[in-house]
Amino acid sequence: MSYQQLIENLFSDTAMSVKFFLPELTLCCTILLMLLARLFRWGRALGSFVFATAGAIVALYYAAPWMLLESGDVVQRTELFTGMLIYDSFTVFFRGLLLFFLILFCVLSQLTGIPDKEDSGDYYTLVLGSVLGMMLMVSANHLLIIFLAVEMASVPSYVLAGLLKGRRKASEAALKYSIYGAGTAGVMLYGISLVAGITGSAHLPTVAVRLSELLSGPPLGSAAIVLALGALMIAVGLAFKLAAVPFHLWCPDVFEGASAEVNAFLSVASKAAALALLVRVAIGVGYVPEATQQQLAQASAVAEELGERAAAPMEEATPPADALESAAPTAVTEPTAITTDASLPQPAADDMTAGLAGSRSFVALLIAIMAAVTCTFGNLAAFGQTNIKRLLAYSTIAHAGYMMMPVSAALVLLASDPSAATKAVSTLVLYLTIYLFMNLGAFAIVAFLRNQMFSEEIADYAGLIRTSPGVVVCFTAILFSLVGIPPLAGFLGKFAIFEALVEANLMWLLVVAGINTAISLYYYLRVAKVMIMDEEPDTRGPVHFPMLSLSGAYVALVTAPVLLLIFNWNGLNEWARAACSQLLQ
Amino acid sequence: MENPHVLFLSLLVFLPALGALLIATPLFGKGNEELTKRFAFGFTVIVFLMSIWMAIPGASPNQFSFDGDAVSEMQMVFNLPWIPSFDINYFMGVDGISFPLIVLTTFISMLSMAASWPIKKYVKGYCILFLLLETGMIGVFMALDFFLFYVFWEVMLLPMYFLIGIWGGPRREYAAIKFFLYTLLGSVFMLIAILILYYNSDLRALSPEQLQAAHVISAVDDAAAASAANALIAAESPQHTFNILALQTLGQSTDQFSKPGLFGWSLQIWAFLLLFVGFVIKVPSVPLHTWLPDAHVEAPTPISMILAGVLLKMGGYGIIRMCYPICPEGGYSLAWFVCIIGVVSMVYGAFAALAQKDFKRMVAYSSVSHMGYVVLGLGVWSLASSVDPDYWAMGATGAMFQMLAHGISSAGMFFMVGVIYDRVHHRDLDKFGGLFAKMPIYSGLSVGIFFAGLGLPGLCGFIGEVLVTLSVWKFSVVLAVISASVVVLTAAYILWALQRVYLGAEYKGPHPEALTPITQRELWIASPLLALAILFGVYPQALLMYMTPTITRQVDQLAGWALEHEAQQQALTQDQQQEDLQKQAALAEQREEEFAITN
Repeated sequence: MSYQQLIENLFSDTAMSVKFFLPELTLCCTILLMLLARLFRWGRALGSFVFATAGAIVALYYAAPWMLLESGDVVQRTELFTGMLIYDSFTVFFRGLLLFFLILFCVLSQLTGIPDKEDSGDYYTLVLGSVLGMMLMVSANHLLIIFLAVEMASVPSYVLAGLLKGRRKASEAALKYSIYGAGTAGVMLYGISLVAGITGSAHLPTVAVRLSELLSGPPLGSAAIVLALGALMIAVGLAFKLAAVPFHLWCPDVFEGASAEVNAFLSVASKAAALALLVRVAIGVGYVPEATQQQLAQASAVAEELGERAAAPMEEATPPADALESAAPTAVTEPTAITTDASLPQPAADDMTAGLAGSRSFVALLIAIMAAVTCTFGNLAAFGQTNIKRLLAYSTIAHAGYMMMPVSAALVLLASDPSAATKAVSTLVLYLTIYLFMNLGAFAIVAFLRNQMFSEEIADYAGLIRTSPGVVVCFTAILFSLVGIPPLAGFLGKFAIFEALVEANLMWLLVVAGINTAISLYYYLRVAKVMIMDEEPDTRGPVHFPMLSLSGAYVALVTAPVLLLIFNWNGLNEWARAACSQLLQ
Repeated sequence: MENPHVLFLSLLVFLPALGALLIATPLFGKGNEELTKRFAFGFTVIVFLMSIWMAIPGASPNQFSFDGDAVSEMQMVFNLPWIPSFDINYFMGVDGISFPLIVLTTFISMLSMAASWPIKKYVKGYCILFLLLETGMIGVFMALDFFLFYVFWEVMLLPMYFLIGIWGGPRREYAAIKFFLYTLLGSVFMLIAILILYYNSDLRALSPEQLQAAHVISAVDDAAAASAANALIAAESPQHTFNILALQTLGQSTDQFSKPGLFGWSLQIWAFLLLFVGFVIKVPSVPLHTWLPDAHVEAPTPISMILAGVLLKMGGYGIIRMCYPICPEGGYSLAWFVCIIGVVSMVYGAFAALAQKDFKRMVAYSSVSHMGYVVLGLGVWSLASSVDPDYWAMGATGAMFQMLAHGISSAGMFFMVGVIYDRVHHRDLDKFGGLFAKMPIYSGLSVGIFFAGLGLPGLCGFIGEVLVTLSVWKFSVVLAVISASVVVLTAAYILWALQRVYLGAEYKGPHPEALTPITQRELWIASPLLALAILFGVYPQALLMYMTPTITRQVDQLAGWALEHEAQQQALTQDQQQEDLQKQAALAEQREEEFAITN
């Protein structure tokens, strides 16, 4: 391949990729426009909120998640920017979810007025920048992009956490968050370098192919330990973003210090992106996508390249001697065999999946244990909280635990039943969508109430139902939905996740999740009890939160799906299924 | 919607919720408390009339049919797809087991709404929650889709929690959360069992006839139904289902739930255990009963009536509808476990009731004791096994009858305690006495209702207890003797309580001036209960004609299963014995040979 050809390929590839990259580009342009507009009077008069919201809406229009609902494969799985990003229905769905959340979030920030006129430009720039990073996270297909995207999403969040200048707790939160974030980012980067070093690539599908060769080849020896270490270190970075135990320590402190709006952002958008990334990585190292398998089988050039790359760092890639050697390594070390034998792709694919059994079961167990511990710890720690934001922080941790469970189930199912595995991931998507409304609603209410009573202590919510029944009903519905009690929407997510666990035969995890559901009731219920059954404290001024106001309408709007989804959630479920349908292609 | 039952049954379930929605509008604001109560009461009356209308045999399609086989089968069925991507259907129907319970629910709801007039605090919220509760209760008895069933089962929790926690007695918050936690834990177990059954079910194993009987395929005409059934059977991937009727058929006629699970117990046993625990918490049986005395004592009178009259019956209903038909092997293997739980509850509840000083607490413990009969009556089957299914039919009928009788008598007892509590604001048994002189009509009604609870012949409590005890007699004399002697204990605590409250020279407790005669409203609540207690006591056929055919049919099916199961077990053991014999023979031969060689 000549240099000229390479350049031409690059150009055509970029031109093709940009088409699918429009939502991200829109956000970039919005950020620039927002910053520039502040120089002019009209720009200042309009305010950054208008730009941010308009930009998010345009980006959502380009992201077009609704096309997933159309019949037929409207979305074609494509690798963008020479395999750095992946564009598939999963990307489309999550970009849509993040942008939808962004719009709701901007409206919330405007309604609560958390960024004052002076700050709003910075605030929305940071938010949009962070969302941009998250959108890269959900479409990452390369270990380096994973790192870059995680950082891009995290760094603005550090600043957002310290947004309330002059409040000691906010500064503490920001500092804690950034130190912790920097530490885990370093560890993650180290892990990435280890994995990339052993496998000779950072491109996820290629990593998977190399892994399957390594694992089905002769015993790895010390390389296996290095690989496991690398995987663990990457897991550290992801666990930090997920606030999974034992990397959750920042979460309650940051949530207490940051404003409730920022908490909503961190607990929904950040978590959604991190979970999507977890799915990408877990499936990435546990399964060789069909497209890659076909490429391997058809284009010998690719295989040759791989073989060369593989030969350099690893001695194990020598031609296999024993007859038991699977077809996958043969395919790579002797690329000519593939092109001549047309019947090879299918057995090769099966063997590749089988070859990854080791890494898959390792990651599945890792995620399952982490999920169980996170969930249990989050729920138990929430018992003693007196501050609503801290309580919700622990609730967020627990929910991250629930949401990690189907990923583990999917990995268990991958080999035996790929379609069941995608279904398992779709339960996570379903849960996450419902979780968006629950957590956004909860933090929105906390923010609105803070504006009224200048307090975020649970005790100060006492007797709220006397003066503001509407918001208390909404908050109670959201809290019970977080427990997962029918007919509220939270139950649907739990139900689906439990079903995935049964399907994967992860009974111990199911029992852990079930018992957690029962014990989590207590602390959510306590908040509802305080609001409804306790007497109003004398110290608090009168609180009137009318539902017939913009804020009231916002709360009602966000709570409505929580209440009404039970009547028909088939569409949402099918949407989630469609989002996951191309994960293994 | 060509199916006329869709609208009727849906209305029956959701009419109360609709009423709740209307009450939530600003139309019923402050100062309109009386109107709100009347409005809510009106809705419960309409729902009751609708359910009664079903009971009267007639020509209209929405009525309980006694024609031929129809009487024993599921009637008024409709099955609409709801969440196709999860195989969940909007599937409801009524049969001889659920129908009497539905009428009981609407009846008790109406009476307890009438008993809610003394409620003065947050009337609007009370009425909304009350009506939502009613929707959940009716829905549980009608749902034939396991998902739908679970949703209705849980829908009751929230209103119940708040009804106890806001309008209850001094320790209301503790009682409410205890109730909530216990029930939620039980339902989580239930959910796990439901999902296990769902995932292991495969409709392809059923014949087209079975599919049609389970209403998986709604038969418009035979040809279409047959082709739909064949298409389903020929499907490539397993067809999971939440259809309760189909799960019953699968549990009885296939071995899909017989796979070995944890500890080598089959899935059926696990599913049975998980479901049983979920239901038995609601029943409640010892040792999972401890929420009940607290919840009953702290709840306001009308809610106690609902709790005792309807909510406890859901546990029994769940056992009879889910546990046994879906997991017959579980019921078969755990027969003694179930029976002993029932008997222990009976004895423990009776002794605990004997020891109470609080009038309401005594009634609450009597519920534990009485519901023990239900569990025992249902458990008898597996003791009986295939020897004589009639005895199980007798036990199950007794259990069903006991549920309804207890629904009437315990609701009445709680109401009677509430009437006196409203006046003197205490429930200390030792501080009553001499009420007969001051409130003769009230005392007369009370004595009647308490006798019904005692199981006096001629009143409704008697029939159920006798049927259950008789059915046990055949299989375990010990259990029968114990359960018969509980009747004596029951008589002891009820008579003793009556003596302390109504008899005696004069009332010496606090607030003697408040002992005014019973009001018209109270009279109209108590007398229908007593009337029904007498009616069902002297003419039990009024209830049995609805229940017996369905129960007999179910029992026959299960007895058939048990016969087959026993034959299988026998064949297995015979095979094993033969194998053992052969092995021994071979071994002996070998030894002989060795012996010959060494010699």
